[in-house]
Amino acid sequence: MAASTPVRRARAALIVLFLLLIGMGGGLAYGVQQGQAQWAPLLALDLEGGTQMVLSPQVETDEQIDDDQLNQAVEIIRQRVDGTGVAEAEIAVQGAENVVVGLPGVPDEETRQLIQASAAMEFRPVLEVRQDAAYAEQIMMQDLAEDPDLTDEDRELIEEQIEAMQEDEEFDEDEEALPEDFDEPAGEPEHNSDLNWITPELAADFHNYQCTRELALEEREAQDPEAPLITCNPETGDVLLLGPVDVDGDYIDDASWGTETRQDGTPTGAYETRIQFDSTGTELFRESSTRLYGYEQGSPQNRFGIVLDGQVIVAPNMLAPITDGNPRITGDYTDDEARNLAEQLRYGSLPISFQIESEQQISATLGADQLRMGLLAGIIGLILTAGYAVFQYRSLALMVTIPSLVVNALITWWAISLLGWTDGYRLSLAGIAGLILSIGLTADSFVVYFERVKDELREGRSLAGAVEAGWQRARRTILASKAVNIIAAVVLYMVAVGNVRGFAFTLGLTALIDVILVFLFTHPLMQVLARRRFFASGRTFSGLSAKELGVDVLYKGAGRFARRHIMHPDPGVAAAAQPGPEPAAVSRAQDVPDIPEEEWAKMTIAERRKAREQRRRSAEGDEDEQSAQESVTAASSPSPTQEGGDR
Amino acid sequence: MAAGFAKAGNQLYTGERSYPFVQRSNLWFLIAAVLVVAAIALPFLRGGFNFGIEFTGGSEFTVSQTENTDISIGEDVVQDISGQEATVTHIAETTIRVQTEQLDEEETLEVGRGLQEGYGVGADQVSSTFIGPVWGEHVSQQMLIGLAVFLVLVALYMALYFRTWKMSAAALAGLAFVVVVTVGIYSATGFEVTPSAIIGFLTILSYALYDTMVVFDKIRENLTPLHEQRDQTFTERVNLAINQTLVRSINTSVVGILPVGSILFIGAWLLGAGTLRDIALALFTGIIVGTIATIFVQAPLYARMRRGDADIREHTEDVLQLRPDRLQEAGIAQVTASGTPLDAHGRPVAFPPLPEPEEEDEEQEVEILDWDVVLSGDTPESSGEDQR
Repeated sequence: MAASTPVRRARAALIVLFLLLIGMGGGLAYGVQQGQAQWAPLLALDLEGGTQMVLSPQVETDEQIDDDQLNQAVEIIRQRVDGTGVAEAEIAVQGAENVVVGLPGVPDEETRQLIQASAAMEFRPVLEVRQDAAYAEQIMMQDLAEDPDLTDEDRELIEEQIEAMQEDEEFDEDEEALPEDFDEPAGEPEHNSDLNWITPELAADFHNYQCTRELALEEREAQDPEAPLITCNPETGDVLLLGPVDVDGDYIDDASWGTETRQDGTPTGAYETRIQFDSTGTELFRESSTRLYGYEQGSPQNRFGIVLDGQVIVAPNMLAPITDGNPRITGDYTDDEARNLAEQLRYGSLPISFQIESEQQISATLGADQLRMGLLAGIIGLILTAGYAVFQYRSLALMVTIPSLVVNALITWWAISLLGWTDGYRLSLAGIAGLILSIGLTADSFVVYFERVKDELREGRSLAGAVEAGWQRARRTILASKAVNIIAAVVLYMVAVGNVRGFAFTLGLTALIDVILVFLFTHPLMQVLARRRFFASGRTFSGLSAKELGVDVLYKGAGRFARRHIMHPDPGVAAAAQPGPEPAAVSRAQDVPDIPEEEWAKMTIAERRKAREQRRRSAEGDEDEQSAQESVTAASSPSPTQEGGDR
Repeated sequence: MAAGFAKAGNQLYTGERSYPFVQRSNLWFLIAAVLVVAAIALPFLRGGFNFGIEFTGGSEFTVSQTENTDISIGEDVVQDISGQEATVTHIAETTIRVQTEQLDEEETLEVGRGLQEGYGVGADQVSSTFIGPVWGEHVSQQMLIGLAVFLVLVALYMALYFRTWKMSAAALAGLAFVVVVTVGIYSATGFEVTPSAIIGFLTILSYALYDTMVVFDKIRENLTPLHEQRDQTFTERVNLAINQTLVRSINTSVVGILPVGSILFIGAWLLGAGTLRDIALALFTGIIVGTIATIFVQAPLYARMRRGDADIREHTEDVLQLRPDRLQEAGIAQVTASGTPLDAHGRPVAFPPLPEPEEEDEEQEVEILDWDVVLSGDTPESSGEDQR
């Protein structure tokens, strides 16, 4: 049965939507059960209370900051903020080069400075090295635990071991070293690698130093370039006693990375990081590398440590004096490691500090107020829109518009919650404004669609036919106009900074969801409803009654309409009004039903046209006197003039 | 009334009732020009825009849910701490806003504490915003970039979609009108211009274009068979399209305005100044102006741009030349602005057939085009032809 095609399609679409809903809801439910997600969307600071700072990068020179350097700076801020123990800090680059930091509560002076201060890079010679065994083991186990190849059981086992180790630590601790245990230096230090830098106090501190990823601000600030430094490499757990600064990171001109090659130019398969010093840096590094090369290969004093933001990122051996200012750092690096190191070095060449461009502290009370008001505005908007739709489209609005809005709201809610889970997306007040605005845009898809369906009904089609034909046209318009919305949302999202960004995001998200829903829900629903007697026969309150359509419709039984007047002989409309496998024939048969098919086929185009015109003229002649019903009858009664067509 | 609306919709659709949107475009353009001039002059008369502290730099404190709404407390606190004059406003029932010039961080924290004591509220009821002096410049710059990128993308997109740059140009010209008038109205209300408002203005661009797309799409549809008929002129067809989408335009702007209006109401009266109010006011005016502009500016403008084209002019002359005889022949009293013939009783009738053609060739051509349209108008989805 031909009738089943649209219905089958409609069912298929509704099933797809159902699966989508199950998928989203199920995914979210799973996340909630795992304790990783929550049903309610995550809230941004202006709804939850907290502080948002917009920072702009500052450099001392006129150099341009590139994206990598900015990302590196953001990475450093993130580590610092994490180090203060502030939970749920959010740091991101937005717009062209702004960094937006969101913190719950009001940050203290220290946190503020941590965020703003630049991170220095220094090259210091190594005096002594020791392993923080407990820390190193912990790191190793953690890495192991994150290995994706592990089964859950193995991972649990390792995690247990880590816990046990952390508890053990207090017992495991070596005895506290005291300055008395160490000898006084033999004399004044003569150069940066001189072991005479090591005083008993320093030696004791070095011995007692515990490596940690989080470095307090005071420790960072206490670092004096002219004095030795005790710090560690949090990646390996090496604790290093470093001499005063040999070369400052400012003297790095650039850093890059590439494949490591042997003397003969063949690649080793590993990657290396290359540094280019400027002229001062070249000079200083020549001095430093010559001195370091003088020590025995592999001894601590042969190494130098590259310190970024107070901690060592790498401490290589000096394999040769570097006179040209282009050292290469090798060590079986993967491409990622080499690139990462190069990026850190490039950042080090241009320490970025930040200026607070704007800062917003939203109290929890105001946040709660704004959330409540935002939701209230949304509910009022939803009710008003739904009310207007019912007023205009009667039960069609009840059956189609309102369910569409409800399903849309559901999907949007889940999408935002899911994004909160996967991407940490937070809903801001501006985001809520975007959602509320989208109520109107969503309802408009229905308006466009339904006005088209009405147009088709006015052309005298059955409801089911009008739904199909109207959809053909509405679909195009909806897609074209939604595309404009999506372009706008994407552009706004790219340039906006701060809270208003949320507006662009929800606007784009809802436009996308709306398009999906029009295809998977609104239209299929209309297809199904169009076959219901209540709508098809145009009952009162169906939104399709003659009165509501304002059209002189007459029912040809079984939900079919016919028009009394055909006053719009528009080929375009005729085209849309005649879909079917043989539209030309169908339209032909309607226009001049009294000429048999074979006969028509033999006529010339001019003859056919003439026949059509005559037919039309005679139909119009009848109109005024006869009732609508009669005019339909007249349309099917043979007219003698047409019999006269040449054969 | 909904029924009356729908009946009007039907008459507009057939062209039986018709508003001369295109025909009277001179009048509309004149009104539009006056509005634009007024919108530009108004901010000057008012002494410039009321820029929010996001653009001027400064600090702002919001005390929410306070029992005590005495403005002088806030003024005194700021005076004591920084020696500045503060602007203290009672923006909503239990909300006080204090705006000051640039304070340094220390002072910001101190004023915050002072306000807590002064109004006797807890730390969680005072919010503060600090805006550096160059921030506004930065925001404006970003937004201008956004504006340029959006306009270029949309102009390209529309030109490609409609296959004519004239629609694209008309749409963008109308956009300028929308933005200028909306900004003018916004400044007339004396609301602060904030980044939220600017985001609102940019959104209006999208909304206004969205609305224009729908109407232009109908124009495109009505113009497709233009040259295959001799009943209606180009102008009438465009006008018909605007009339046909009029009900939709009204419904669209109403469903668009209702939610935005509720944000505006909540934002302005219950929450006081802030993100919601600024975005909502810009959108509220923008939606109304955008809908009106599509009907009165963009579509007529497009008609004016195309009307001069050689093929259109020829067609129009052709139609108008044939018309007097045909009207007489069929007893048609008048033709509406949408090109629908009405009889002496004001009822719509059909155009009489064209006079018998002298040349067979031309006739054939017309017929073939006719068939083409019939065939191409069909798509697979509509093949479930069970209804007939």
